[in-house]
Amino acid sequence: MKKMMLGNEAAARGLYEAGVKVVSSYPGTPSTEITEFAAKYDEIYCEWAPNEKVATEVAFGASLRGVRSACAMKHVGLNVAADPLFTLSYTGVNGGLVLFVADDPAMHSSQNEQDSRHYAVAAKVPMLEPSDSVETKEFVKEAYEISEKYDTPVIVRMCTRIAHCQNVVELEDRKEIPVPEYEKQPQKYIMSPANAVRRHPFVEERTKKLSEFGETSPLNRIEKGSSNEIGIICAGTCYQYVKEVFGDKVFVLKLGLINPLPERLIRDFAASVEKVYVIEELDGIIEQHLNKLGVPCVGKELFPPVGEFNQSTIRAAFGLPQPKSVSSDTPVPVRPPVMCAGCPHRGLFYVLSKNKITTLGDIGCYTLGSAAPLSALDSTLCMGASVSGIHGFNKAGGADSEEKTVCVIGDSTFMHSGMTGLVNIAYNGSNSTVIILDNSITGMTGHQQNPTTGYNIKGEPAAAVDLEELCRAIGIKRVRVVDPYDLKQCEDAVKEELAVKEPSVIISRRPCMLLKYVKPKPALKINPEKCVSCKMCMKLGCPAISIKDKKAFIDPTQCVGCAVCGQLCKVGAIEV
Amino acid sequence: METKNVMIVGVGGQGSLLASKLLGSILTDEGYDVKVSEVHGMSQRGGSVVTYVRFGDKVYSPVVSTGEADYIVSFEKIEAARYAAWLKDGGRIVVNIQQIDPMPVITGAAEYPEGILEELKSKGIFVDEIDALSMASDAGSSKAVNIVLMGRLAKYFDIGKEKWLAAIEKLVKPQFVEINKKAFEIGYSS
Repeated sequence: MKKMMLGNEAAARGLYEAGVKVVSSYPGTPSTEITEFAAKYDEIYCEWAPNEKVATEVAFGASLRGVRSACAMKHVGLNVAADPLFTLSYTGVNGGLVLFVADDPAMHSSQNEQDSRHYAVAAKVPMLEPSDSVETKEFVKEAYEISEKYDTPVIVRMCTRIAHCQNVVELEDRKEIPVPEYEKQPQKYIMSPANAVRRHPFVEERTKKLSEFGETSPLNRIEKGSSNEIGIICAGTCYQYVKEVFGDKVFVLKLGLINPLPERLIRDFAASVEKVYVIEELDGIIEQHLNKLGVPCVGKELFPPVGEFNQSTIRAAFGLPQPKSVSSDTPVPVRPPVMCAGCPHRGLFYVLSKNKITTLGDIGCYTLGSAAPLSALDSTLCMGASVSGIHGFNKAGGADSEEKTVCVIGDSTFMHSGMTGLVNIAYNGSNSTVIILDNSITGMTGHQQNPTTGYNIKGEPAAAVDLEELCRAIGIKRVRVVDPYDLKQCEDAVKEELAVKEPSVIISRRPCMLLKYVKPKPALKINPEKCVSCKMCMKLGCPAISIKDKKAFIDPTQCVGCAVCGQLCKVGAIEV
Repeated sequence: METKNVMIVGVGGQGSLLASKLLGSILTDEGYDVKVSEVHGMSQRGGSVVTYVRFGDKVYSPVVSTGEADYIVSFEKIEAARYAAWLKDGGRIVVNIQQIDPMPVITGAAEYPEGILEELKSKGIFVDEIDALSMASDAGSSKAVNIVLMGRLAKYFDIGKEKWLAAIEKLVKPQFVEINKKAFEIGYSS
C-alpha cells in the first residue's frame, strides 16, 4: 500500500515497521509529529516526557531492557539531551536506540540555527540523513540494524524541509522483535571510570568500523552524470536541490551516513571528476572532512553557513540563469505571527507592559508578547532560562531590580526546565517574581499534553502536577493564582508580589483559546456612537481589533469575547 | 512531464494545510510524483504562511523558488503581492480579495497598500480575483474559503470535478463534507 506521508509520519512508520516498542519525546518544531504519529500505533508505547534529557534516558532504559526504542527532538532539544547522549555512546545499546534530531535552517520556528551534525561528531555516534519521506522510513529501519550491529545509539538527522514535506511512501509490515531475557552487564552499562576507560577504545574502534561500513554501504552512493566536469558531494535536502538543477548532468556523491564520513569513497569520487563541490546547509562539516583528507573542494565560499538553500541558491552559485520573475513595486507590510484573539497571555502582558516591568521571557507562544504594541519582553534565550535568568538579574541588580522585574514561563516549559531555576531562587534566596503562564497545554508546537494537564499523549487521564503545591514544596511561600482575563486582578497581584521582600510565584491560569473544550463567547461589538477613537483598545495588539473609518472595529470572525478590551475602554463603547 | 508548481499562500489559520493536502492527494491519484511542503509551528499564529505543491514525472526539490510557480493561490490580497515574484512568466494567480490586516497595519506602523492587484495586472500578471469569503458564507461556513479557492483553481486543471469532490469526501471530517463540497462547487462554477 502507498500513502502520502510527511517525513515525520514516515519516520513514525519506520519505527513501527522496525518493531520499536518504546518512544519518549518532548515536542519541538519540526520534530513533534514523529511522536504524534508513532502514538497512533498501538504496538508502540509513546509518551511526552517533561524534557529531552528525560526522554532520551527513557529510551536508554528501554534499550537496556532489550527493546528497540526512540526519542525525537528538535535541534536545541539535543542540547538538553547531550548529557545522556555522550555516555550512551560509551555504553552502547541492548535493544536498538535511535534519536531523531530535527534541524531548522532558516529558523522557521526556532531560536537558533545550530547544526546537529556537530553532536554526532563530538559524541562519536553514527548519523543518518534522509532526503525525503521514502528514505526517512528506509533509513530509520537501517538505523536500528546499525545500532544493534555496531552497539551504538544512532541519530537520524531531519530538517524542516524533510520533516514537513509529504511524498508517497510504500508501506511494509512490522517486524516483531522478541524481547530477550534481561541480563545484567555492569561493565557495559555502569559508566564508572574503571569501566568507561575500557569502553572509550571500543568507541574509537567502532567509529573506524562504521567509517569502513560507509565506504560500501548503499546509504552512500555515487550517481554518475553525463559530464565529469562537476562533482557534487551532498546529503539530505541539498541533494534534492542539486538534482533539481542538474538532473543527471553532473556527478553526485549522495551521502546518507553523514557521520562518520567515508575516506576512500570520497577520494575515489574526487579523482573521477574535474572539480569537487561540497553543498551543505549550515556548517561546513563535510567540507572540513575533505580538507582533512587533503581533497581540494569548493564549499562555504559559495554556499553560506546561514539560512536555507533551494534550487535558486544552487543556480546562483554556479552562475546559471534564473527564471524570469516580476515582483510588486509596492512595499508589502510584513505579517509576523501574533498571539491569537482571546489568547490568555495578552491580558497579563498588557499589565506588564503598562507598568514598564522588566520581563525575562521564555520559549513558547508567549515569545510573541515581544512584538509591538505589547513589546512586553526583555529576553528569550532557551527553555527555562527566564526563571534562572531572573535570579541572576536580581542578584546583580539588587532590591532595585527585584521591585521591577518578573519572568514569564509557560506551564510546559516550567515542567521542562523552569522548576530547577525556581529551586535555585528559593535555595539561594532572591526576591524574584516568577509568573507561570498556565494555559493548560503545550501551545506553540500544536497542543501536546504535558505533566500539568492531567492527560497523556493518547488523551487518557493521567496524574497532573499541582503547580501551586509544587512551588510551595520547592520553598516558595507566596503562590497565588490569577485570571489573565481580569486586568485588575493581574495588576494587583503583580504589584503586590513585586513589593514583597521574598520570592513569589503568580500562576496566570486560563486554558488556550484554541483548545476544543474552550467555547468562545459571542463576539463583542464597538458602539460607534460611544467610541471616541482614543485607541486604548489598540494597545492590546489583538488581531480582532482594528480601526475602520476612524473608529475601533472588532472583527466578528476573530473575536472570541474575552472582554479584555472592554476593561480598557473608558467610555464603555465595547458591548456584547 | 516537466514539474509543475503550485503555491498556496495566506494567513496562518486560514486552512492552507487542508487545501494543499487536497491538491496533493488528487495529483497523487492522477499518477504524478508529488511533493507537498508545509510550515508548522511559529508561522501558524496568524503569520504569513506558504505551502508548496510540486508534481510531475519526478519531483526533487520540496520547495518552489522565485520565477517557478505555475499557480499561486492566495487566500488574502496582499499575500498575493508578497509572493508574486515566485510566479513564472505566464503563471496565474488565483486570489481571494479578502483583506486581513497584519499587525503592523493594526498598530499603525504600516499601511495596507491600496490597488495592489491592479498593479500586478498592470505588469502583465494574470490575476483571477474572487470574493471567496462571501462564496464560503453562501456555502454555509466562512471557514470554507480554502475549498472555494481550490474549486476556482480546479478550473485550470484538466482533472474531472467528480475526482475533486471524491477527494473532499475522503479528506474532510464527515460533518463538514457537504459544506465543503458546496464550497467547491461554488468556486468551480464561479
